[in-house]
Amino acid sequence: MRALKIKNVKKSFGGVDILKGIDIEVEPGQFLILVGPSGCGKSTLMNLIAGLETVTSGEIVIGDRVVNDVPPKDRDIAMVFQSYALYPNMNVKKNITFGMEMRNVDKDEQEKILERVSKMLQIEHLLDRKPSQLSGGQRQRVAMGRALARDPGLFLFDEPLSNLDAKLRVEMRTEIKLLHQRTKTTVVYVTHDQIEAMTLGDRIAVMKDGHIQQFGTPHEIYDNPANMFVAGFIGSPSMNFIPTRIVAAEGGLGAEILHGEQNWIFPLQDPQGKLQAWVGKDVILGVRPEQFTAAEDDEPSYDCKVDIIEPTGPDTLVFVHLNGKEVVCRVHPKKAKHPGEIQRLTVDLTKAVVFDPKTEARIL
Amino acid sequence: MAKSTRFILYTVLLIAALFYLLPMYVMLTTSVKTMDEIRNGSLLAFPTGISLEAWGKAWDSACTGIQCSGLKPFFWNSVKIVVPAVILSTMLGAINGYVLTKWKFKGSDIIFSMMLFGVFMPLQVVLLPMSQTLGWMGLTESVWGLVTVHVLMGIASTTLFFRNYYVSIPDELVKAATLDGAGFFRIFWRIILPLSTPIIMVTFIWQFTNIWNDFLFGVVFSGSDSKPITVGLNNLVNTSTGVKEYNVDMAAAIIAGLPTMFIYFVAGKYFVRGLTAGAVKG
Repeated sequence: MRALKIKNVKKSFGGVDILKGIDIEVEPGQFLILVGPSGCGKSTLMNLIAGLETVTSGEIVIGDRVVNDVPPKDRDIAMVFQSYALYPNMNVKKNITFGMEMRNVDKDEQEKILERVSKMLQIEHLLDRKPSQLSGGQRQRVAMGRALARDPGLFLFDEPLSNLDAKLRVEMRTEIKLLHQRTKTTVVYVTHDQIEAMTLGDRIAVMKDGHIQQFGTPHEIYDNPANMFVAGFIGSPSMNFIPTRIVAAEGGLGAEILHGEQNWIFPLQDPQGKLQAWVGKDVILGVRPEQFTAAEDDEPSYDCKVDIIEPTGPDTLVFVHLNGKEVVCRVHPKKAKHPGEIQRLTVDLTKAVVFDPKTEARIL
Repeated sequence: MAKSTRFILYTVLLIAALFYLLPMYVMLTTSVKTMDEIRNGSLLAFPTGISLEAWGKAWDSACTGIQCSGLKPFFWNSVKIVVPAVILSTMLGAINGYVLTKWKFKGSDIIFSMMLFGVFMPLQVVLLPMSQTLGWMGLTESVWGLVTVHVLMGIASTTLFFRNYYVSIPDELVKAATLDGAGFFRIFWRIILPLSTPIIMVTFIWQFTNIWNDFLFGVVFSGSDSKPITVGLNNLVNTSTGVKEYNVDMAAAIIAGLPTMFIYFVAGKYFVRGLTAGAVKG
């Protein structure tokens, strides 16, 4: 279990800057998620931590050792790959012990570790099989077993679940979390799936275009996004972005909202006066779907015409138009109306956020 | 498919097969006939009895020029050339392919395109420079000179084969092995080479056939003791002392062609099996 520090790391390939100054710090035992759309540099960063690529500038520190010039095998790390990268010509047992053989671990010791790891992952009955005789989930387990056998200070997972079907993915996700709780090893986990990011991470680094957009706990990222990109990327269905204008309302400021012939003002709480400079100007109001809910009978409400509905089971997603923009509301199935009918909605604006439409930076 | 179409199809295939088999038939039957039978009978007639006399003569007593020891010495020369040349060129091709796909460096693609050029280069172009080079290396007129020539000329195509095969092996395997602590050669021996059986078979058949059947380099670069079997066969057939012995000529031609046929029979099976196994999934 080791800490990981990434200090102002840059990487360029033939004049193209892939990473433009990355700073991350995680404590021993933490689960770090690198998340972002494809091409954001997250896999490159992973390869740099693993030592499969060399940094252009900056420092990578594992534990208390700068590892920039340390070869991958001496970095005290183990990695699980997206395609599992099991050696096709070796059986499961050999796949797990190959690394130990390379490091000249003594035979008895190898057997002991193999036994412990295969018991932990319940793959004892698979030891003599070749990778081609395993199912996707089993291959994933063996790949984790290979990493566990190393007993590393730092685990690296490179999109380990993206080749699995939906059901298995959820199961393996839980298993990875369980594994982390049991071993307490520091983990770096690359994914483009924001649900994996939210469910697994202690810390999330949201990346885009070689920059870290935001680095924080899942709650910070979800409730307090630094900009429109983070707000839109994390959360499913994603946050509603409603183009609007800040106007003065009774007792403070509000956002102007039009729906058909109706004209409302959504009151915004702005104790620090951040919106004062924006009165009369265009902004983007960000409201998560679960903050739009069905109003109780005796509650004041915003009455909106329903465009379509998507029942998900526990909730029904109701789509309406506000300010000409499609808005998703998460409504209890019993209260959801049908398309064409009027849905009485209420909105919780305590967690609403406001963005600058040009820079996409957070205002409120 | 309708019955009539199928009938026509098989008829055409049968005729084509017979057409290709006819020379084979003539060679085989003629080689077991006696000279009297050849003189008096038709070319296509079935032999009245089987005489292996011509085969024996072709193997160790027919005259090739002034020397009368059959194809035997030439056959062993060819074996001495083919075995090391095939092994060396295949191994070099495998390592080249491995480097060009898994350990890319600046300019590796350019080097590959230049090697590709070697596949299309006409053989005649290299005759003079090669003979000069062999002279400098002190390998003229020797078996090892011919081995060198065949290895050098073979590298282009063996590299191409292995490179194209290794492109389909996921790079993550090499990354995983690197993290496991294996180095360049260990990854090659323990991970990459065990996955290469199908392409090794393809390269093996290709190189064996090419080198065994080579005549041009054999005739140009060999000395009196290092002539390969193709040159021996040519000399045997062209040596005219008295009667032209067709049965001996035919037997000699078959002897010269047998090893390549044998290779197809033995390795061809692995070849097809390797291709259908879909080697690297997992």
